[in-house]
Amino acid sequence: MAIALVLVLVVVGSVLFHFLSPWWWTPIASNWDYIDNTIIITFWITGVVFSAVVLFMAYCVFRFRHREGNRAAYEPENRRLESWLTVVTAVGVTALLVPGLFVWSRFVNVPSEAADIEVVGQQWQWSFRLPGKDGKLGTSDTRDVTSDNPLGVAPKDPNGQDDVLVEAADLHLPVGKPVKVLLRSIDVLHDFYIPEFRAKMDMIPGSVTYFWFTPTRTGTFQVLCAELCGQGHPLMHGVVVVDTEQDYQAWLGQQQTFAQLSAPQQTGSADRRPGETTASGPDIAAKLETVEAR
Amino acid sequence: MVDVTPADAVPPAEVGEVELYHPHSWWTKYVFSQDAKVIAVQYSATATAIGLVALVLSWLMRLQLGFPGTFDFITPEAYYQFITVHGMIMVIYLLTALFLGGFGNYLIPLMVGARDMVFPYVNMLSYWVYLLAVLVLVSSFFAPGGPTGAGWTLYPPQAIMTGTPGGQDWGIILMLSSLILFIIGFTMGGLNYVVTVLQGRTRGMTLMRLPLTVWGIFTATVMALLAFPALFVACVMMLLDRLLGTSFFMPAIVEMGEQLQHNGGSPILFQHLFWFFGHPEVYIVALPAFGIVSDLISTHARKNIFGYRMMVWAIIAIGALSFVVWAHHMYVSGMNPYFGFFFATTTLIIAVPTAIKVYNWVLTLWRGDIHLTIPMLFALAFIVTFVNGGLTGLFLGNVVVDVPLSDTMFVVAHFHMVMGVAPILVIFGAIYHWYPKVSGRMLDETLGRFHFWVTFLGAYLIFFPMHYLGLMGVPRRYAELTDMTIMTESAHHLNSFISIMAFIVGFAQMVFLFNLIWSIRHGREAGGNPWRATTLEWQTPETPPAHGNFGKELPIVYRWAYDYSVPGAKQDFIPQNVPGTFGPSREPT
Repeated sequence: MAIALVLVLVVVGSVLFHFLSPWWWTPIASNWDYIDNTIIITFWITGVVFSAVVLFMAYCVFRFRHREGNRAAYEPENRRLESWLTVVTAVGVTALLVPGLFVWSRFVNVPSEAADIEVVGQQWQWSFRLPGKDGKLGTSDTRDVTSDNPLGVAPKDPNGQDDVLVEAADLHLPVGKPVKVLLRSIDVLHDFYIPEFRAKMDMIPGSVTYFWFTPTRTGTFQVLCAELCGQGHPLMHGVVVVDTEQDYQAWLGQQQTFAQLSAPQQTGSADRRPGETTASGPDIAAKLETVEAR
Repeated sequence: MVDVTPADAVPPAEVGEVELYHPHSWWTKYVFSQDAKVIAVQYSATATAIGLVALVLSWLMRLQLGFPGTFDFITPEAYYQFITVHGMIMVIYLLTALFLGGFGNYLIPLMVGARDMVFPYVNMLSYWVYLLAVLVLVSSFFAPGGPTGAGWTLYPPQAIMTGTPGGQDWGIILMLSSLILFIIGFTMGGLNYVVTVLQGRTRGMTLMRLPLTVWGIFTATVMALLAFPALFVACVMMLLDRLLGTSFFMPAIVEMGEQLQHNGGSPILFQHLFWFFGHPEVYIVALPAFGIVSDLISTHARKNIFGYRMMVWAIIAIGALSFVVWAHHMYVSGMNPYFGFFFATTTLIIAVPTAIKVYNWVLTLWRGDIHLTIPMLFALAFIVTFVNGGLTGLFLGNVVVDVPLSDTMFVVAHFHMVMGVAPILVIFGAIYHWYPKVSGRMLDETLGRFHFWVTFLGAYLIFFPMHYLGLMGVPRRYAELTDMTIMTESAHHLNSFISIMAFIVGFAQMVFLFNLIWSIRHGREAGGNPWRATTLEWQTPETPPAHGNFGKELPIVYRWAYDYSVPGAKQDFIPQNVPGTFGPSREPT
């Protein structure tokens, strides 16, 4: 008997928790309120199903509990009921899938006016690269990474010379402008995730992945790595600041280009052989210490 | 009982007498035994023992998450080792081994009316190779550098790099070797289960008369035989990358400023291979649970399972569909985003046969005669947690909803609810149900009820609120949740609450273990068929069943497994080996 009551309490408790608990998503800061809406639809449909099934169960347990002399009904099948339930379920699932796929098609089709920015992940820090005045990012290759060229921008690519590099520092973005985030890693998998933007995507060494969004309000947002990348994973935080256009331009003016950063040492790194050691070798402890200090 | 007339619809298929291997000594009877029932107990005991290790590991990680910075010995390195080994043990070495090696071995021969598995010697080897796999895994705790901390998904490149615990030490090598051994061991057992179901059934036991337990275990085994090879090759390739410097999964990489020698490999390829195994694996664990819980509900509600044929086809449909949904684990992996359309569609389609199963369990309760025994309580709790976890799967399967939730605590909550808590509740229900057959004695009722309530409500209180941490954006696999701007103070308190519940639920399992051991000698005598069940394992001449299971004559099967409360019959159950018709037969064929 207690179980019937507890089943009802599980439903009531879960529903109350959903509506009353203080734990909910962070206020959104991007155009992906479509995603939030899809989540709300999903909560409603699944919430109704969960409550219906568990309450029905509670009723059955109460109503058909064993008492002396009771005997169960004998009903192996009921074709009509079974087909009817199948159809209802299929309709419910379609109601979830259709809006989901609709929003997904928006997510994967980047608007043509979106500005490219590049995020480079490495254990355990974030760096960024913006196209310079030519509006094009230069090519890059992990094999080109040296201590003078930590992002591996192709040294000879003319498109890359005016690229703005933001190494292990904060990224600024202008509010209201769509951005296509190109994601790259030079060591292991990482995942560029800002909860307020709702979007995230893994970065894979050897590939360039992407997603897009439009920041919709100014503010400072924490970047989290969302793909396990070694012991420093939980420390791999970054900062994205969404600025007004004016503030953004002021920030941009202070940044340095690839050509400026690599000018003094460019000859030294141009003919480096693959596999050559460019630093004293992996020193995890020292690396973790610097990450932690930040 | 009413007069019985032998049914003439019995298929005349002859089952040849099996020449059994008869043990000659204590060693061959209890240790190197070829009796599937002994092997089942060996599998179960080993899986439980290693499962306890995983339980302790979960406590250690909850200590860190609930009370960050309090326990100095839980370094990030140690934390990642704990989550990795916890996940791997629970999914592979506990759940897979217990459902297939444990329940499969015990129940298949008994339920289909066979004297033993068809290849008893290979069956025995299967267990010893499994034990070896477990020992290799355990040995990694004592190896230099400790076990791997790559996460149970073992994603390269980090899995074999310096920044990950065990990546350049022994940890990852031992982990991969252990998995390879496990798969070899499983294959030997798995072939046995499949062939025994197909070839070893007794006279009259048609496929559509099999109890759903057998259908679940059988389909899961077929799936495992098809899915594990993908993991096998992935493990071999990663071992080669790690030991010989090949580049199957390793592209050009600069690690801490140093160019590594790898080039041209694909980290994503590993993920495809892993999840080609990993998603069916979810159902390899779930289908036996589906089957077993169907039988628990039917038996304890004294009513035939509703829609038996639909249940069988749903099991087969889920098994087949589960091979074309794997990349829903990879929506944000950076694979071609257009895959999302395909995999979201297949994933949501799989919800339909799954929902049918839920409806049929609940409709079996409708107009039943529900005995609220401990197995029934666990079955009811399974439905609650499985429906909850299954529905959150609709969030994660629907590609765009997965984007904000992927890699957060929402995922952790979802898969623990659906493939952690739910199947384990079935395992508990099943143990309370079949323990009397295995030992001849009942488990203690009071301890059992205590165990049930704490486990069910505690586990729900652990994992239900956890979803909301994920919704907030709290990522999974964070050894430290400090300096997180999205996390409110109360979210940290919620984490402490979850940890405390985890310790309580863990403690209840100690009570269960005590019950298991204590009742062997002190439990109430059970008799041969304490639940008045229809299936063949309850009709054995001896309890516990002797070697060969059924005495001199194999039982002949005259009916399906669900003749409960048949109108016209005096008793509310008719065992499968009782001939005769009672009123108009409505057995679905």
